[in-house]
Amino acid sequence: MTNPVLDEKRLIAQEKLNNPSLMRTIWREIKHDKMALGSLILLTIIVLAAYISPLIIDPASLTRVNFLNVWKPPSAANWLGTDDGGRDVFGQLMVGTRNSLTIGFCVTIIAGIFGLTYGLISGFYGGAVDNIMMRILEFLMVLPSLMFIIVFVTIVPNYNVFTFILIMSAFYWFGKARLIRSRALAERELDYINASKTLGTPSWKIMFFEMFPNLSSLVIVNMTLSLAGNIGLETGLTFLGFGLPAGTPSLGTLISFARNPDIVKNKWWSWLPAALLILVMMLCINYVGQAVKRASDARQRLA
Amino acid sequence: MLKFILRRTLFMIPQLILLSLIIFMLAKAMPGDAVTGAFQGNPDATPEQIEKIREKFGLNDPWYQQYGRWIGKAVQGDFGMSYMHQQPVTNLLAGRVENTVLLSLFTAIMIYLIAIPLGIIAGRWTDTWADKMIVTYNYFAFATPTFVFALLLLFLFAFILGWFPTGNSVDIRIEAGTWDYIVSKAKHLFLPVMSGALISTVGTIQYLRNDIIDQKIKDYVKTARAKGVPEGKVYTRHILRNSLLPIAAFLGYEITGLITGSIFIESIYSYPGLGQLFIQSISLRDFTVVTALVLISGAAVIIGTMLSDIILSIVDPRIRIE
Repeated sequence: MTNPVLDEKRLIAQEKLNNPSLMRTIWREIKHDKMALGSLILLTIIVLAAYISPLIIDPASLTRVNFLNVWKPPSAANWLGTDDGGRDVFGQLMVGTRNSLTIGFCVTIIAGIFGLTYGLISGFYGGAVDNIMMRILEFLMVLPSLMFIIVFVTIVPNYNVFTFILIMSAFYWFGKARLIRSRALAERELDYINASKTLGTPSWKIMFFEMFPNLSSLVIVNMTLSLAGNIGLETGLTFLGFGLPAGTPSLGTLISFARNPDIVKNKWWSWLPAALLILVMMLCINYVGQAVKRASDARQRLA
Repeated sequence: MLKFILRRTLFMIPQLILLSLIIFMLAKAMPGDAVTGAFQGNPDATPEQIEKIREKFGLNDPWYQQYGRWIGKAVQGDFGMSYMHQQPVTNLLAGRVENTVLLSLFTAIMIYLIAIPLGIIAGRWTDTWADKMIVTYNYFAFATPTFVFALLLLFLFAFILGWFPTGNSVDIRIEAGTWDYIVSKAKHLFLPVMSGALISTVGTIQYLRNDIIDQKIKDYVKTARAKGVPEGKVYTRHILRNSLLPIAAFLGYEITGLITGSIFIESIYSYPGLGQLFIQSISLRDFTVVTALVLISGAAVIIGTMLSDIILSIVDPRIRIE
């Protein structure tokens, strides 16, 4: 006779092996794809460097203007030379990367929450609610968002980093909402939702604690890919002068040196490293994102 | 069919009204109005004088009357005065609309010139080295932010190699209408067009590749092959006819996207178009111009999307939702 308790334990273990968690699947997929693995390693190095080095670098050296040391090309003392105020470009690059990453994360999460809530409500209730909410969404999606963000950034009183994050998030959840809604619409027809409704579970509980976990892989994929887009947008806005307020450098602040033709050509060390770093970061995030996407869809998996 | 077109057109009207209302409210929230503009050169104006002018401009009327007046004029192409330039906004727009339309049009053409052949190659010869290269290119194009790409092209081809001019839309020393003028315009357009086109091909390539892969195992294709139609003709006569049609309809979405997306490229190449005017005006706090530009862009996107929806429903009856 086999021990029934032991048997059950073995069954659970077997079940876990057959249905590995999402994180495990993602990791397996990334390990299998050399580009994604390389990207993940490079990305980890960049993130660690961006968050650790500002702790080591003396913050005063990045703001102190030194007129004897203006526009120095790269050297041993200043790895990436100095800018128009004699400040070290490498230090600014690290602090800028950290700020850009942090803002990218914040916008991705806040916009994700907006889109998730809107999409879940629209998809869960369906019918007339869905119809009205989708018409509103269609309208929002045709607005020229970039222009609206720039206008809001200019006219909002007490403009600071937080208002900037909120303004950006307010215009970048539309696509997510539509994606979530289409999946939620399919999900609401399933038995477990009906069963839960019959038991009298409150709607918000069904939406966020029963429906949402089943959409989580979709959300993770979408958030990974939009992280890259959000960093690109923030640096772009800062580059144009409508992003992070002065005093909070971003990668876009460094690139905005390139708005002057003389600097583009003759003082390339001030803006080119930041531009290339953005490019590398975007590529890495996208490679990892594509691997995550394949992991969430069994038909596309390589591993 | 007619019913769909009618419905889609009617659906556009509340969108346009809502857009104009939002922009009107934003305009009211922007600092400065007709009066501050009129008194810019005259700091000694007394409150009574200002009040008089406010009355004259109708700024004390209820908002819906002000809105009605504003939108009525805007529909007729009167967007008020730019107080920075002291001339009607319409005059400021006049020269720049042409530049932006030219830029968007050529970018759209270039996108199709690059994307259609690449999409067909990738779809027809899946999993060959050519397909893999195209997919890799797509990865790069998808990941690269427009402004970084435009800057790198500008740096490399205009500043380092010196093959192209670094700004403006034409060499001002050349007389308009001559052959040299056209050549100069083309030279000035080339880099901005390429910066937009090379990284905007992703959607079209991906769509074509996936659609051809889907189509080539369908029954009608098998029938054609079984009849002995040469492989080349299977593609040109059968598959591509189905796959390319929706792409024609995407043109509307593409161009409206390009018109509003020109902000980065025009700023980087100091190309005198609407996007550059938008950035200049908002930096100068010249809000009448800003309002006009947002309204025009928003309306252009709404109308363009509608046209694309209608064309798409004509070429692909499946999406005609009742």
